[in-house]
Amino acid sequence: MWVYEKKLLYPVEVTTCNPKLARYLMEQYGGADGELAAALRYMNQRYTVPDKVIGVLTDISTEEFSHLEMLATMIYKLTKDATPEQLEQAGLGAHFVNHGHSLFYENAGGVPFTSTYIQSKGDPIADLYEDIAAEEKARATYQWLIDISDDPGVNDALRFLRERENIHSLRFRESVEILKEERDRKKIF
Amino acid sequence: MDRSIFRGSFRPYVSPRDPCPPILVKTFVLPPQIFTNFQQPGLPQNSPEAALKQGSLWPQFVDGFSREEGIS
Repeated sequence: MWVYEKKLLYPVEVTTCNPKLARYLMEQYGGADGELAAALRYMNQRYTVPDKVIGVLTDISTEEFSHLEMLATMIYKLTKDATPEQLEQAGLGAHFVNHGHSLFYENAGGVPFTSTYIQSKGDPIADLYEDIAAEEKARATYQWLIDISDDPGVNDALRFLRERENIHSLRFRESVEILKEERDRKKIF
Repeated sequence: MDRSIFRGSFRPYVSPRDPCPPILVKTFVLPPQIFTNFQQPGLPQNSPEAALKQGSLWPQFVDGFSREEGIS
């Protein structure tokens, strides 16, 4: 169960009318290493990881949804008043034909989201190592978004999101360390 | 913030027939968390305002990134 707080995790300011930037941000919205993929991956893996790290996956998955909300806000603000012509010039003509001004879970190339982006192997180390890799890939994606965006408001939020990936990666690394401590532990039932 | 301890660099091979002006040194990110397996207790903390701004309660795990750095 969740309690929804009706505000963003971090304030999102958009300073320019730039639908092309919205298209690039969609890589983190509905892309393979994006926030949706992260949230769904952890929320599903959490059921079959050892007890001690369930909370880590649930907490991080929840936070990823709040990141998804921030990205949705940025994309919406960057596109809501754009004309079809402006969207077409930004490479969003096909998106407009299919979805109008609404958002959709697609990557920057317009490829719709698929669950084949994520995995749940039922092996705690395999799953946690995938999660660490996912965080580092998301961090790198944020770097390239910051490099290609000249909107100071958007870049401020992207810097925040990038740093959160660092912390999430650390928490998953700690989860691996917690599981390593289980080695050779004598269990008495 | 001293970012330099969280960055690596290398010199890629440069061909005399490269079509674009070659970049002689390539820089990449070595983020803080890869140097820590488990966070120590009692680390110095940011103020609540700085923690929100930076995205981390602990300055030790903040390495920043800006387009001015030119890493790409």
